[in-house]
Amino acid sequence: MKYLKNFYKYRYLLYEIVRKNIKLQYRNSVLGIFWTFLQPLMTTIVLVLVFGGIFGRKDASMVNYPIYLLCGRLIYEFFTQSTKRAMRSIRLSASVIKKVYVPKYIYPLSNVIANFITFLISLLVLACFIIYFYFFSAEQPHITPYIFLAVVPIAILLVLCVGVGLILCTMEVFFKDVEYLYEVFCMLLFYMTPIFYKVEQLHISSKIIRMALMANPLYSITEMFRDCVLFGEMFNVNHLLYSLAFSLLCVVAGLWMFYKKQDKFILHI
Amino acid sequence: MAKPAITVSNMSMMFNLNQEKVDNLKEYFIKLVTRKLRFTEFWALNDISFTVEKGDRVGVLGFNGAGKSTLLKVIAGVLKPTKGSVSVNGVIAPMLELGAGFDMNYSGKENIYLYGATMGYSRKFIEEKYDQIVEFSELGDFINVPVKNYSSGMRARLGFAIATAVEPEILILDEVLSVGDAKFRKKSEAKIRSMFDKGITVLFVSHSVDQVLNICNKAIILEKGRLIAQGDAKEICAKYNEMIKK
Repeated sequence: MKYLKNFYKYRYLLYEIVRKNIKLQYRNSVLGIFWTFLQPLMTTIVLVLVFGGIFGRKDASMVNYPIYLLCGRLIYEFFTQSTKRAMRSIRLSASVIKKVYVPKYIYPLSNVIANFITFLISLLVLACFIIYFYFFSAEQPHITPYIFLAVVPIAILLVLCVGVGLILCTMEVFFKDVEYLYEVFCMLLFYMTPIFYKVEQLHISSKIIRMALMANPLYSITEMFRDCVLFGEMFNVNHLLYSLAFSLLCVVAGLWMFYKKQDKFILHI
Repeated sequence: MAKPAITVSNMSMMFNLNQEKVDNLKEYFIKLVTRKLRFTEFWALNDISFTVEKGDRVGVLGFNGAGKSTLLKVIAGVLKPTKGSVSVNGVIAPMLELGAGFDMNYSGKENIYLYGATMGYSRKFIEEKYDQIVEFSELGDFINVPVKNYSSGMRARLGFAIATAVEPEILILDEVLSVGDAKFRKKSEAKIRSMFDKGITVLFVSHSVDQVLNICNKAIILEKGRLIAQGDAKEICAKYNEMIKK
């Protein structure tokens, strides 16, 4: 109750920081907010050029390679960007935290939310892709009412990012190395998440590697997302349960760590 | 009787002083394994108790390293006391260091809203105060320029204007009146004085005994983390002057 009341008082701060992060991200760039569209568009084109020949050959199970790729890339990009920003948030706002009392979780939270909003804007690119390929290509995406269920994986993804962001930013305050380690981890994650390939295409015989791939919550989330937007079918409930449980666990662990350590932040930043 | 504005009871603040700061994993593990992770305890504040009534203006005196800033940080809620407790009644406007909450890439105007939100005020409330803030800060057209291009005096003026415009109940001043030119200093002293009439509670840190005498009606002296004297401003200032001579 006390926490809720405090949060209510500082809701303006959350709003202002989200606003600031979005506004400053593209300030001084000529195209401004357009980059939220252009960046995924251009990187997807690059990825299609690079991997299209190997993984994107006429394969009925993929339906449409560019859309398949874009779905994975959007989700991966949101996850890594928001968690990276959240991770650095406490250290970057050290000057405020050292001087004024503010609920500190506002900083990682607002960074994730700001990235979430740009993510939602960049979904428009996906919409353009879907419309374009639906009308002008032979590889039509299967559009069914299930497309509305795409909110479910997106909501789970947001929860996951908040949790991971809290965990990372707590660790980063005490050990700056986490930043560099996480950079490497994100690269690993790029290849472990089925962004440009389909797990079934890989013919993995090793059980351990297969398990490692399946344990990745981003795998479940991207699969669910594609089921809704691209394949037009109901997603696998196991994916839902696993990713939801994983995300909630992250949030609980993150909150626990954060609350346990937040009074010590000021001594380290 | 009204509740006191600030109650500090048996409050102590301890820091772990490392010989060197360990902030990466490698060093941490090496030192943990070799058992070199030694801390020395340092009590920045030791068993401090005092109360500040509503409307009191308390000067905090003490030499460098006496724990003045630490005390203010504990009262502002930035640091959590190791022992004892601090309770505060009313809205605090911290002016520990003016302009601390500013974002350098943001313009003055945007920073007013951000700074206001940092203190827990709504956008609408700040909007009402906006003209007053701009006028008092004397920034004029500079209000739309990013803060990184401001001079330090301009930054301090803007910070001061925001912190006083929101009409807080408790104002914490940490040697802030020494910023800006003589003209602005005079103006800001007059502003703070006008806030006294509304019954604001002030905590004021300064090295200048004259300023404390000028502004405060009560004072305390800290020495090496201990509260060694408290009472009427005149008495305490006389005592402090004696301490300086020693």
